[in-house]
Amino acid sequence: MIRKLTFAAALLAATVLSGAASAKTLVYCSEGSPEGFDPGLYTSGTTFDATSRTIYNRLVEFKHGSTEIEPGLAESWTISDDGKEYTFKLRKGVKFQSTDFFTPTRDFNADDVVFSFERQLDDKNPWHAYVAGATYQYSDSMGFPDLIKSVEKVDDLTVKFTLNSPNAPFMADLAMDFSSILSKEYADKLEADKTMQQMNQQPLGTGPFQFVAYQPDAVIRYKANPDYWGGKQKIDDLVFAITPDASVRVQKLKANECQIMPYPNAADVKDLKADPNLQVLEQAGLNVAYLAYNTTQKPFDNVKVRKALNMAVNKEAIIQAVFEGMAEPAINPIPPTMWGYNKDVKDDPYDPEAAKKMLEEAGVKDLSMKIWAMPVSRPYMLNARRAAELIQADYAKVGVKAEIVTYEWGEYLKRLNNKDHDGAVMLGWTGDNGDPDNFLATLLGCDSVGTSNNPAGFCNKEFEDLIQKAKIESDQKKRAELYEQAQVVFKEQAPWLTIDHSTVVMPMSKKVEGFVQDPLGYHRFDGVDLAE
Amino acid sequence: MLQFFLRRIAVLIPTFLGVSLIAFSFIRLLPGDPVLILAGQHAMTPEQHAAAMHALGFDRSLPVQYLDYLGNMLQGDFGQSVVTKRSVLQEFFARFPATLELSICAMIIAVCLGIPAGVFAAVKRGSFFDHTVMGTALIGYSMPIFWWGLLLIILFSGILQWTPVSGRIDLLYYFPSVTGFMLIDSLLSGQKGAFGSAVSHLILPAIVLGTIPLAVIARQTRSAMLEVLSEDYVRTARAKGLPPFRVIGVHALRNALIPVITTIGLQVGVLMAGAILTETIFSWPGVGKWMVDSVFKRDYTVIQGGLLLIAAIIMFVNLIVDLLYGLINPRIRH
Repeated sequence: MIRKLTFAAALLAATVLSGAASAKTLVYCSEGSPEGFDPGLYTSGTTFDATSRTIYNRLVEFKHGSTEIEPGLAESWTISDDGKEYTFKLRKGVKFQSTDFFTPTRDFNADDVVFSFERQLDDKNPWHAYVAGATYQYSDSMGFPDLIKSVEKVDDLTVKFTLNSPNAPFMADLAMDFSSILSKEYADKLEADKTMQQMNQQPLGTGPFQFVAYQPDAVIRYKANPDYWGGKQKIDDLVFAITPDASVRVQKLKANECQIMPYPNAADVKDLKADPNLQVLEQAGLNVAYLAYNTTQKPFDNVKVRKALNMAVNKEAIIQAVFEGMAEPAINPIPPTMWGYNKDVKDDPYDPEAAKKMLEEAGVKDLSMKIWAMPVSRPYMLNARRAAELIQADYAKVGVKAEIVTYEWGEYLKRLNNKDHDGAVMLGWTGDNGDPDNFLATLLGCDSVGTSNNPAGFCNKEFEDLIQKAKIESDQKKRAELYEQAQVVFKEQAPWLTIDHSTVVMPMSKKVEGFVQDPLGYHRFDGVDLAE
Repeated sequence: MLQFFLRRIAVLIPTFLGVSLIAFSFIRLLPGDPVLILAGQHAMTPEQHAAAMHALGFDRSLPVQYLDYLGNMLQGDFGQSVVTKRSVLQEFFARFPATLELSICAMIIAVCLGIPAGVFAAVKRGSFFDHTVMGTALIGYSMPIFWWGLLLIILFSGILQWTPVSGRIDLLYYFPSVTGFMLIDSLLSGQKGAFGSAVSHLILPAIVLGTIPLAVIARQTRSAMLEVLSEDYVRTARAKGLPPFRVIGVHALRNALIPVITTIGLQVGVLMAGAILTETIFSWPGVGKWMVDSVFKRDYTVIQGGLLLIAAIIMFVNLIVDLLYGLINPRIRH
């Protein structure tokens, strides 16, 4: 085996040395090691970049650069009138990757789909707990075990999902990473060999790139899947050079040791933009940072008080101080890159004088309150403490005394499960599947009151009716209208101070062509080319 | 000698238990709930939470958890990473060669430069050379590793482009790992240029990691030399008319080295601590970087197991140094 590998390596080196033209290698300076290679088991974007977005496909996919759905391994689908039955026609002739460790004998079919979901849903399936201590967290947190009644093979190229209740975001869920389709044939072989763990170490899918090797914490190697149903990629080899330090990633990019990097430090962006060999793409992230007033508590149960506090805060100042401008002020609870975003909603103006007056009108005098600031840096809020201090100062100008409190991260989230937590809480959210339901229902729905997802304790009948209606409506246009209305109600009710949507910055070599920023925050390399 | 050896070993056992207790309790005394960290911002029901706590064994009483942990550890089972679900021991040894390779090279740099610098500074005491060496050593000793590393990267990799920025070898080279030591593996691979690439990747991190030990060794050598140089036997040797090289190199240095060896032994701890930062900056896939990642991910079992394994290695090296010391200086045995 070793000899074979050495030979292959020598061959590889020989082709590389004989001329760069024969093999195009794209190096991506990734920010961390994947937790494993089975995307069903994990929840982090770092892992998804390295697995589901390279090696695997799903029944439906997000359109490149958008949160809309397009056909993937399923060519078409029908939804029953009651919204409970989804029937998928599968793509014919899709091949699983042939690798050193496995050669498939048959094409992709319905068995693979049934297997990929059943292992997550059925706790008696031998693959349900094949990695000790690992659970299908994402599938659980999206409510799949309760939502899906059955997944059945109708014929080789037809699969039927039956749901317990109509659920329009389901299509978006199927495009998510944990819904990746694995090979049942490969799984059966591993099971027979009693090496099931391999599934998480030597992955095999139908995606644009196939796995070659992984050196923990150092390098992941892929090569273009020659049999890819969407056509072979323009680059021959894809390499993830794992580089956790952002400043070092910048240096590597400048030295052309890699051609793309994610998550630069805000302070480095100017310098990167000035480099003649580099280009910097920017896009509003699929996230939001907010300050949630506990609407179940006096005086925050009064809309006027919440509105007044919103008007007291200068968001621009926060964006400059915390993000050095690399963010945009948030108006709605969902980011502008998402479908269903209501452009017509106006933000509460920054007007301390008016705010002061409104507070007086509401009969609030000498208010003292708590502002919760997260102890960690998140993409949507790099420095919560700093932002909280600015808000504190703004509040002081309208006569509100605020005390900043913070707890260790786990403790912070835990305390928010208590409905009676005191004051206003800074938190945020990064979208899972690009569906507005994933923001509006998850963060502001009545079901989530009393969890850390809804620290505002917001449960408004008008809002709730709209989002529930949207959840079961399968016509996306109608759904978008319902969500637009919901955003109007949200702004009137003002359960949050919407702070910002941070800007996602992707610096890369000018030679990189065809890279599209993904609003969901993933990094996809299908369709990318390197200029000579 | 055997008695000396046994005595040393006997001291190690309570030390090791102490370390294990500290490693165990530090993690648990920290606020924060590992399950919530794992779940991120996805809210969990109390049932899901309890089930996850149970699955990870965090719902048992602390003494039970500790005894269980100790028992498993004695059987070589350091548990399983909460994040990757792989054995901690396996993960450790997969990364240890990288750290060892880096540490050895750092130590070679530190010793080969530190001892001669210290000796010359002592011999030329009060000279310009002496002041320069000792001043530089002080700066090197006080330099924050993180800043120092970035500075070198920006200068040598960014501006001058003499060395690569990070990693262990150029990504063009790809061969299976045989020993885990990149310098050896690259030679074994037979690929042209692989060894050179590995060396060029190693230089900067080895310098960064070696800086503090280098400074300490230089200073220690100088003061030990000064002490020895004023001894009567050195004066006698000089009076006999021995050439200065022989007096300094053989008579003085040999005795001055005794405290220096102890210092070198103690630097192993410094190297391990330094490896955490150095490996993070240079994306060096070793034990230090692994520990940092685990802290961020709150991978309790890895932090605990890794801490203990590192402590065990430091203790082991110190034991060797103690024994060596006993060999060099028989007086210490009693």
